[in-house]
Amino acid sequence: MLEINQLEKCFGTTQVLKSIDLSVKPGELVFVIGPSGSGKSTMLRCCNRLEEPTSGSILLDSEHVTECHGRALDKMRLKIGMVFQGFHLYPHKSVLANVMLAQVKALKRSKPEAKARAMEMLEHVGLAHKADAMPSELSGGQQQRVAIARALALDPKVMLFDEPTSALDPELVGSVLKVMKQLRQEGMTMLVVSHEMEFAREAADRVVFMDGGVVVEAGPPEDIFGNPKSERLRAFLSRLQPTTAA
Amino acid sequence: MSNFIDLFFNLDIMAQAWPLLLKGLIITLKLCAVVILLGLAGGLLLALGALSPRKWLKWPTIGFIDLFRALPPLVVLIFVYSGLPFAGLELTPFMAVVLAFFLNNSAYFAEVFRAGIQSVPKGQPEAAQATGLSQVQSLVHVILPQAIRNVLPDLLSNTVEVVKLTSLASVVSLSELLYSANMARSITYNSSPLVLAALIYLAILWPLVRLISRYQRGLAEH
Amino acid sequence: MSFLDTFFDGAVMAKYLPDLLAALVTTLWLSAAIVIAGLALGLVLACLRTLGRWYLTLPIVAFADISRALPPLVVILVFYFGLPGLGIRLSGPMVLFIVLGGVLAAFAEEIFWAGLTSVPKGQWEAGRATGLSFMQTLFDIALPQAIRLGIPSLVNRALAITKMTALGSVIGVKEILSVSSSAQSFSGSATPLTMAALAYLAIFLPVVIFARLLEKRYT
Ligand SMILES: Nc1ncnc2c1ncn2[C@@H]1O[C@H](COP(=O)(O)OP(=O)(O)OP(=O)(O)O)[C@@H](O)[C@H]1O
Ligand SMILES: [Mg+2]
Repeated sequence: MLEINQLEKCFGTTQVLKSIDLSVKPGELVFVIGPSGSGKSTMLRCCNRLEEPTSGSILLDSEHVTECHGRALDKMRLKIGMVFQGFHLYPHKSVLANVMLAQVKALKRSKPEAKARAMEMLEHVGLAHKADAMPSELSGGQQQRVAIARALALDPKVMLFDEPTSALDPELVGSVLKVMKQLRQEGMTMLVVSHEMEFAREAADRVVFMDGGVVVEAGPPEDIFGNPKSERLRAFLSRLQPTTAA
Repeated sequence: MSNFIDLFFNLDIMAQAWPLLLKGLIITLKLCAVVILLGLAGGLLLALGALSPRKWLKWPTIGFIDLFRALPPLVVLIFVYSGLPFAGLELTPFMAVVLAFFLNNSAYFAEVFRAGIQSVPKGQPEAAQATGLSQVQSLVHVILPQAIRNVLPDLLSNTVEVVKLTSLASVVSLSELLYSANMARSITYNSSPLVLAALIYLAILWPLVRLISRYQRGLAEH
Repeated sequence: MSFLDTFFDGAVMAKYLPDLLAALVTTLWLSAAIVIAGLALGLVLACLRTLGRWYLTLPIVAFADISRALPPLVVILVFYFGLPGLGIRLSGPMVLFIVLGGVLAAFAEEIFWAGLTSVPKGQWEAGRATGLSFMQTLFDIALPQAIRLGIPSLVNRALAITKMTALGSVIGVKEILSVSSSAQSFSGSATPLTMAALAYLAIFLPVVIFARLLEKRYT
């Protein structure tokens, strides 16, 4: 489904990603962990070309994401949903308009059609009753769920999540994770960067540990958390949960 | 005192001058419409150029903006009106005024738009592009509405300046409001037509000036 | 005639250079006088407004509004052509100084006032609570913050208004534009206009660039 081959990314002279290989199979949830600055966000942002990869290729359903330009790139991005740490809802548009905008302008759906689909997605994330609210009137957790609905309404093939719960108050995290679990059950292909280890244990098919711009270790959650092989992963986990590690 | 009223607030002379001033006012309003629209359009394009990541576009655009921020508009006007004919380009006063003020106003509007666009967080266009909107769609539907809302007081106060600026057209004998008033003054040897013109400008611009002050105070309090 | 001969005629340049330099000096000192007087008056008016007496506030607001709403050229013409009828005969430079200084004062008053109203109430209370008088709080605590906030707008406004000294050409002030305009009609060459543009750039381009740097520092 999503294939990342020998992806490299440099900012000026510093190399942030060093030959990343990673593939996500249809219906799989791949979970990415790693210390701050290890290049997790950069990798996700390369997948929909918000960052331009320095070299390497990215394929979605064996189509080259990295070789698209102009309109073709816009079309390709429709198939790749992205959820940001900071939500990035459009503050000047209502919740409903947020979910409708790209449907109408990029997917060229008719307004009634887009509206029906938007309401369906808002229903899905439990926020249909907020359709006419402005983003500023919602809690962080609600905003993030609207952002998920905005991405889902475009019927993407894969969803990228970049620390979707990091900006939320602890009591709001659960509502967003619940929506993500539900998505996974429906068979959505997902690539998730997050620090919610509990969620990874429960829901991930595979966990990828990145450090210093490389994939250090990858495997099922039981192995990664229960039997970490590399020293770096052990150190990372023990720093994260000093009580459970050892 | 009666001398003062006679010289500056002479109702008879104002009434006589009124038809002439009205004609001038209509030309002023037309001129305003043209130069405001052109200035907004040019300013937006220049702002986009100045914010472009392409250096060959960015720096010449900033140079152009700074050039016309440094030159007095009247100098640009005189240059266009009396200088360009030497290069074989003869313009009517109206065209000369439109061209000169287009250059001046687009530089000023560009600065306002640039500040507005820069005030929109980077995540906004990224979110738009991640959902498949093109750069132009992201600009039109996501960035500009927020940018304009953020700099509305500056856009308004710039527009007030543009309206005031149109009075300079009188210098190249375009028969707008101030030219007509000054003409009436020189015929009647009385300043009342000028005062009447001032009152007309006040009637148009005072509400806007009040609005701007309100708006700025509102922003400061938040 | 080539473009260079028309707009950059060396002989014409040499001939009118002394006149233009003298005009440049006129523009410079007029600008300096306008900036100093305008900012000072604006500051005084904003301070008077903090006293909150309606008989002060009302005329200050009226003055600031009217001066910001009227095109300066209208006022210049009224002063220059109208006042002699009352026996008040002002020279061209004087009219320019009074009118543009007044306009700058109006804008400066608004900028200082906006700055003063955005100084948090807690700052005033802290000043008064530590035993400072109203005046001491104003001058030592509120005003420095307000001035800092207003500097970028003040620079831009002062720039826009000093550029209007070119309006002096309409009432015979021998500043850059009027001197070069008459040189242009005497010489029949566009070169003096080019010289005028260059002279203005020499004065104002550094200010524009300075304003850019200021803005960078403040945002
Ligand atoms: N636009 C940029 N210009 C220069 N350097 C950048 C840029 N974006 C990211 N970097 C650098 O690249 C490295 C990786 O950043 P990235 O945001 O991908 O890390 P991350 O793993 O997502 O970290 P975090 O957990 O803090 O989000 C960091 O050292 C960062 O400073
Ligand atoms: Mg990150």
